[in-house]
Amino acid sequence: MTLKNNWVQLAILAVIIVILPTFFPSGYYYRVGALVFVNALSVVGLVILIGYAGQISLGHAGFAGIGAYACALAPVHLGIPPVLAILLGAAISAVLALLIGRPILRLKGYYLGVATLGFGILVSMVLSNERGLTGGPDGMSVPSLGLRPLLRDMGLRLSGGEFWYIFNAAALLIGIWIAINLYQSATGRAMRALHGSETAAQTVGIDVARFKLQAFIISAVYASVGGSLLALQNGFITPDVAGFMHSVEMVTMAVLGGVGSVLGATFGAAVLTLLPQILTVFHEYEHLVLGLVMILVMIFLPLGLLPSLAARIRWRGV
Amino acid sequence: MKVTNTALATLMVLGTVTGAAADIKLGASLSASGPAAFLGDPEAKTLYMLVDDLNAKGGINGEKIELVIYDDGGDPNKARTFATRLVEDDEVVAIIGGSTTGTTMSILSVAEDEGIPFISLAGAIQIIDPVREYVFKTPHTDRMACEKIFTDMQKNGITKIGMISGTGGFGASMEAQCVDVAGNYGVEILVQETYSRQDADMTPQLTKIKSTEGVEAVLNPGFGQGPAIVTRNYAQLGIDLPLYQSHGVASDGFIELAGKEAAEGVRLPGTALLIADIMEEGDPQKEVVIAYKTAYEEEYGEAVSTFGGYAHDAFRLMTDAMARAGSSDPSAIRDALEATSGMVGTTGTYTFSPDDHLGLDLSAFRMLEIRDGKWTSID
Repeated sequence: MTLKNNWVQLAILAVIIVILPTFFPSGYYYRVGALVFVNALSVVGLVILIGYAGQISLGHAGFAGIGAYACALAPVHLGIPPVLAILLGAAISAVLALLIGRPILRLKGYYLGVATLGFGILVSMVLSNERGLTGGPDGMSVPSLGLRPLLRDMGLRLSGGEFWYIFNAAALLIGIWIAINLYQSATGRAMRALHGSETAAQTVGIDVARFKLQAFIISAVYASVGGSLLALQNGFITPDVAGFMHSVEMVTMAVLGGVGSVLGATFGAAVLTLLPQILTVFHEYEHLVLGLVMILVMIFLPLGLLPSLAARIRWRGV
Repeated sequence: MKVTNTALATLMVLGTVTGAAADIKLGASLSASGPAAFLGDPEAKTLYMLVDDLNAKGGINGEKIELVIYDDGGDPNKARTFATRLVEDDEVVAIIGGSTTGTTMSILSVAEDEGIPFISLAGAIQIIDPVREYVFKTPHTDRMACEKIFTDMQKNGITKIGMISGTGGFGASMEAQCVDVAGNYGVEILVQETYSRQDADMTPQLTKIKSTEGVEAVLNPGFGQGPAIVTRNYAQLGIDLPLYQSHGVASDGFIELAGKEAAEGVRLPGTALLIADIMEEGDPQKEVVIAYKTAYEEEYGEAVSTFGGYAHDAFRLMTDAMARAGSSDPSAIRDALEATSGMVGTTGTYTFSPDDHLGLDLSAFRMLEIRDGKWTSID
């Protein structure tokens, strides 16, 4: 992907985000859009880890959980405003990623997958069992971000859905912008080099352990911020946000959209967030259809939806 | 980007189709699939059946009911999105649902913010305490289940018990409530054990309880298959003390799972629905319970469960309030709902007030015992 291409893609995405609402028949679509963006943000983080650095994580929902509960707990117990709680959650996630990343990133392939999976399950167990603090499996409410009343005082009246649509879209665009920058930086090149061949990267003098760890920490921060925004947007959070299924969902979104590109991540997140909403019509067959879509994509578009389609279109010379 | 646009276009088309003209729109978000499907499935079936029935009879004040049900799979996140969708896109005037406490808590704030009357089908006390303007619920709280069980223990002179609870939401919440109220009934909890959802054998925990000096009865808060395993292990270990289960297992499925022999003598607080056949003539609930049980079993060919009964009661309460409100304005329905008095349901007789949005008392619970694979009343 060339430099020009990436910025063009970002611009296209921004335009789509701005234009889409004119087609929304009701406020509910803003809510769905906001959900797509927040999922996409977490997935962009995974693209950095999986797509750039070639590492796998099945436990990133753990970081989402930390971000989410930071927003739920810090304002109540520490008196920190929710906006800063997002940063606090991100900081905690980064430190944790640093601590656990050091030993587990020595592992490769399945072993790394299992170790990260263990981490995710640990976080969700702590959240479920520390009833006194987190309310246990029944979850707890999250204080409001407090920006909406502020905007209202400034004369800008937004519904909850509209506000989160704009807020999350901004967060996503910033997230993608950072990811694209990273891709083109020396660090990004080093990450891609170790993705290609760890031995070769080492031979040319790349500190493999350091760049793996960096990718891990960066992606953890993305997941954490995504979790925070999800919690703030919903106003309620349960340990499910840190659950294994959420981790798998995130990886699936990344793989479905195409793990090599940040825009693919948005695309994968959009498809997997929208499908269950569209499939409510089929009601009882939802899982069946979802499974079928995944299988077909894996068989016929193995690179992920976006890159495969792009390649096919190019091949036909369109 | 072509596909995104197609997907969104499809979404929008669907939106306009479901947004077509309707009479009274009633929404529901239930956990018809996923780990809580044993709650959501009978609830959804009950609602479909009751809506068809009501519409066949001419609806409410001549207006038909249109039911919109979404399956949240027990995921609070999805429940939240569906609740928003019900309110903003489908424009329903009332919501029933939240099969679990988690999904209820996430729907609840949408209902409160938008001013839509909402009846939850979940157990925990935090749903209606503190009272929220637009939020009601039909099942008893776990606290009431504890109180009912301890009343029965008191009657039988039991003062020292052991407790084994599930670590899931329901089990943990009820455990805490039971510990909280035990003292009021002179009951002392000597030993507390837990098991997690995946445990397939509770023998170690039960052995510990068995070997604890002075235990006179055992209480097991939890739902799903855990309590059935506890019951089976309990019989295998030959523990000769009364075993109390929670209302979370009040269905025929529990007896099947635990086995007739093992379940013999198990006591639990349940609703009238389980003992419909043997209820005394003149029992105020008898007519309602029999009518629902017969209709449901005829329609679906499977046994009724307590959980479907919660949905039945919620639907009756909501439609009754709509009829009395005489309009489909959400706040008028809410006011009528709060004024509900003496409404007989399968779970009990509901009387709401501004500071009670559950409207049931302990008398609605019946102490049941399993004898010979059947439910009997021991009140």
